[in-house]
Amino acid sequence: MVERPTASIRRHSIMVRVTHWINAACLLILLMSGLQIFNAHPALYWGQASAFDHPLLALTATDNNEAGIRGVTQILGHAFDTTGLFGASTGPGDQIWARGFPSWLTLPSYQDLSTGRRWHFFFAWLLVFNGAVYLVYGLISGHLRRDLLPTRLQLRKIGHTIREHLLLRFPHGDEARHYNVLQKLTYLAVALVLLPLVVLTGLTMSPGIDAAVPELLTVFGGRQSARTIHFLAASGLVLFVLVHIAMTLLSGAWNNLRSMITGTYVLPGGPHAH
Amino acid sequence: MRTDPGRRSFLKRTAALAGTLALGGCDRLSETPWFREVLESAESATSRAQRFLLGSGPFAREYTEADLSPVFKANGSTSVDDSDYQILAEKDFVDWRLQVDGLVSHPQKLSLAELRAMPSRTQITRHDCVEGWSCIGQWTGVPLAHVLERAGVQSRARYVVFRCADTLEPTPDGTGRYYESLGFEDAYHPQTILAYEMNGRPLPIPHGAPLRLRVERQLGYKMAKYVMRIELVESLAGIGRGRGGFWEDRGYEWYAGI
Repeated sequence: MVERPTASIRRHSIMVRVTHWINAACLLILLMSGLQIFNAHPALYWGQASAFDHPLLALTATDNNEAGIRGVTQILGHAFDTTGLFGASTGPGDQIWARGFPSWLTLPSYQDLSTGRRWHFFFAWLLVFNGAVYLVYGLISGHLRRDLLPTRLQLRKIGHTIREHLLLRFPHGDEARHYNVLQKLTYLAVALVLLPLVVLTGLTMSPGIDAAVPELLTVFGGRQSARTIHFLAASGLVLFVLVHIAMTLLSGAWNNLRSMITGTYVLPGGPHAH
Repeated sequence: MRTDPGRRSFLKRTAALAGTLALGGCDRLSETPWFREVLESAESATSRAQRFLLGSGPFAREYTEADLSPVFKANGSTSVDDSDYQILAEKDFVDWRLQVDGLVSHPQKLSLAELRAMPSRTQITRHDCVEGWSCIGQWTGVPLAHVLERAGVQSRARYVVFRCADTLEPTPDGTGRYYESLGFEDAYHPQTILAYEMNGRPLPIPHGAPLRLRVERQLGYKMAKYVMRIELVESLAGIGRGRGGFWEDRGYEWYAGI
């Protein structure tokens, strides 16, 4: 059997690579400082104000002498013991402390709302600036249309692509020159829906922005709803990053990583080429 | 397939160590002065952007009586230890006077009755705590602008400082006493009032009796409770720890619009 010659292409432009890594760093810091801020009042509500007796989600702690401090997670009125992870977890001195999210998930690791806010707002500005640079570049260079807009043919074969993905069979050869339809749709959803949503709901929590743009309160149903949507959108981003990393590792870890650093991507040969 | 327990615990320990180093690094950075200054530069970007959008113009959204929170959380100080304050409270604050001084042409000592006789504004607004929760309440009071006009603000003045009766953190040098400050964009905004009523009743002690500040386009910690004295100043240096407020002295933003 003839082995197909391996070809390498330039997969990612310098702008995409730089904005990708700045975005990744921002998301990690925003997540951890965001959980620090969340821990100052570890409960979520719906509407304009907080109905303290009816949280959608609350990470609480109970303390009775026999069992010690237990972490209790309440979701829509149902309570779960989540000691060690949510509500109560190990703090300084290996003791169990009442704490929404555990210290290894927050920035700073200890309880410090003001510092968490400083990190969060600095990197929020960087995220927005970086995102704006990416979108303007993406529109002007044609990157969004050329690389991320699915073709009609791709959309027609989406069922086939999903099946192949579930079997962990990834495109090779010429097919691997472009993103597949699932990648395109996911990246578009992250760049054009999830990230703008997390920024807008973040801004809706600002009393200053609410005065300047009261429409945000109408769109998201209130400041507390916006805070809940902010949390859900952030959770969506975490889910995306986890799947993104897993797929990167499964479909050629080094090749994928290198292409996002140097830009060079080696087209994977077909299964018959081995 | 079984993983060798020795290898697994090694991996676990390595991951834990890497995590601890990364976390420790970020914790240390948080406490490094130059890095903190970099992080804090975001505050001026935020306040400039919001000033550009807001100026002295738009109002915070006002709600209806149907929106009032059944329970309005009282945060920070909910009572005052100071004995002078307690004597005033026992007599329903009839002997209490709001002192207005500093860079003003006509220093004032205003009783509650005098404040009530001045033009008033009633507003139902959302109170946003820096911790993340919100409550909706109705506030009645005299717009701060009227009090400032009555005292005659001198042109050198740049900040309005609110001195309070409560000590939130006892410290030997007295810097634990609550205070706050505003610039004139917010001080003269029509919704910025000195409230003596909450939900149609005299302001209760947990919410800052007899008088609290309402600055509806900023977070709750700007809205000083138990206000005793208003001082007009040119600079915030030398007051508390010099950053313009009790929480500002402890790392929070002076511009609390977000």
